[in-house]
Amino acid sequence: MIALLTRDLQLAFRAGGGFGLGLAFFLLAAVLVPLGVGPEGATLAKIAPGILWVGALLACLLSLDRIFALDFEDGSLDLLATSPIPLEGVVAVKALAHWLVTGLPLTLVAPVLGVLLNLPGPGYPWLVASLAAGTPALSVIGAFGAALTVGIKRGGLLLSLLVLPLYVPTLIFGAEVVRRGAMGVDVAVPILLLSGITAGALALLPFAAAAAIRVNLR
Amino acid sequence: MMPELGKYAFAVLSSYGASLALIVALVGWSILRGRQVKRQLAEVEARQKGTERSDG
Amino acid sequence: MSIWEYANPKKFMQTSAWALPWVAGLSVVTLVMGLIWGFFFTPDDYKQGSTVKIIYLHVPAAMMAINAWVMMLLASLIWLIRRHHVSALAAKAAAPVGLTFTFIALVTGALWGQPMWGTWWAWDPRLTSFLILCLFYLGYIALWQAVDDPDTAADLTGVLCIVGSVFAVLSRYAVNFWNQGLHQGASLSLDKEENVSDVFWLPLVVCIVGFILMFLALVLMRTRTEIRARRLQALLTRERIA
Repeated sequence: MIALLTRDLQLAFRAGGGFGLGLAFFLLAAVLVPLGVGPEGATLAKIAPGILWVGALLACLLSLDRIFALDFEDGSLDLLATSPIPLEGVVAVKALAHWLVTGLPLTLVAPVLGVLLNLPGPGYPWLVASLAAGTPALSVIGAFGAALTVGIKRGGLLLSLLVLPLYVPTLIFGAEVVRRGAMGVDVAVPILLLSGITAGALALLPFAAAAAIRVNLR
Repeated sequence: MMPELGKYAFAVLSSYGASLALIVALVGWSILRGRQVKRQLAEVEARQKGTERSDG
Repeated sequence: MSIWEYANPKKFMQTSAWALPWVAGLSVVTLVMGLIWGFFFTPDDYKQGSTVKIIYLHVPAAMMAINAWVMMLLASLIWLIRRHHVSALAAKAAAPVGLTFTFIALVTGALWGQPMWGTWWAWDPRLTSFLILCLFYLGYIALWQAVDDPDTAADLTGVLCIVGSVFAVLSRYAVNFWNQGLHQGASLSLDKEENVSDVFWLPLVVCIVGFILMFLALVLMRTRTEIRARRLQALLTRERIA
């Protein structure tokens, strides 16, 4: 499984673009919004949590179809399906690899973009915490969506349509954590709910995704 | 016969209009597609019945 | 005699051919009766004026939009567990009906909200949940369209329906948490105190029955079409191979 993880990571770094693309998109979104909304600090501070979370979500969405599509095309997914590792484990490892190349860098870069968007001071720790707690869910849900659409040519748009409604609870709780954090209010409830969703998604969705892959490989 | 709808006539009438239009569109589409599929199936079934004998 | 007999497409076609005219006729009768009663013969509300008349479309459509998803969930479970094709096709047949009801609920809600709340749209929990439900329907239908092999499509949409149901419920609570909202509470409940008053209640119940029957009739008809389409595809494939 570790071999699979390192292989996926190497591919992500080597294939060029796959790694940096999500980050670049996140950066662009955070730069474009003030240009569109106007430079008033107070307005930006108010909408910063939402923009950072929506940007992170879209950046995640951008690289989802790579999770299984390449392996499906060259047949290595068939090999993985027949290998001694259970397919559920393969899905989990691939979601982890996706998180390491998108979710984790997004989490680390987010405070810098928070400065650009004039996020109030107390919001920063909660921004990092909510992204750290929420982005794994985005990767696993995305892996499930990618597993559903793996057999479909040009499934990118369909993938977004399937995955976006599934992202709603994560987005709501994630942005709520940052908003409350920035206002200095108690954040315990939303961050616990956010972590609960992540934990539930991590525990259950690999099984659904593996079932979908088995159907697609039939 | 028409009830007095007062200042909300637009809201009420357009609600009924839009809903009925959506329902009629859905029912019409379902019926049309049903007929189309039924006809195509009948055609293919008739054609295959004709060829089966020459096969065997 | 068990319900599983209807899993046989032939048996289903026979029974539904007999039942469809009755269900369709009854639904037309109840809908026409309920809507005419509601539109022409109910008084205006002292607060909402004549806009209460929208309730006879809004509430039944919203109820059936949710119930249609529940029916699709049950049908998907039956398909995934017992592999009855009729069940999968019934789920496929129900999705556009549910989507249409969702649209009706959203449109009538917007038209009702405009005079009452002064806005067409508010990011109220109930409204937002319906928008999300609408997205779920669109995704489900799009996945059916995108996959060529019918059994694969049925399996994938079945899995999506189950996962989607869990997330739909989660979204409902998330959205509730996020905004308290303008929408009034439930119009119908077992607690008599909370109910709308009797003059509105009776025609509303007739309309709800009418919507349920309409849903049944449409699903029966569309399932019959899907079964025929499936057989047509199978025959055409055989023809191509021969």
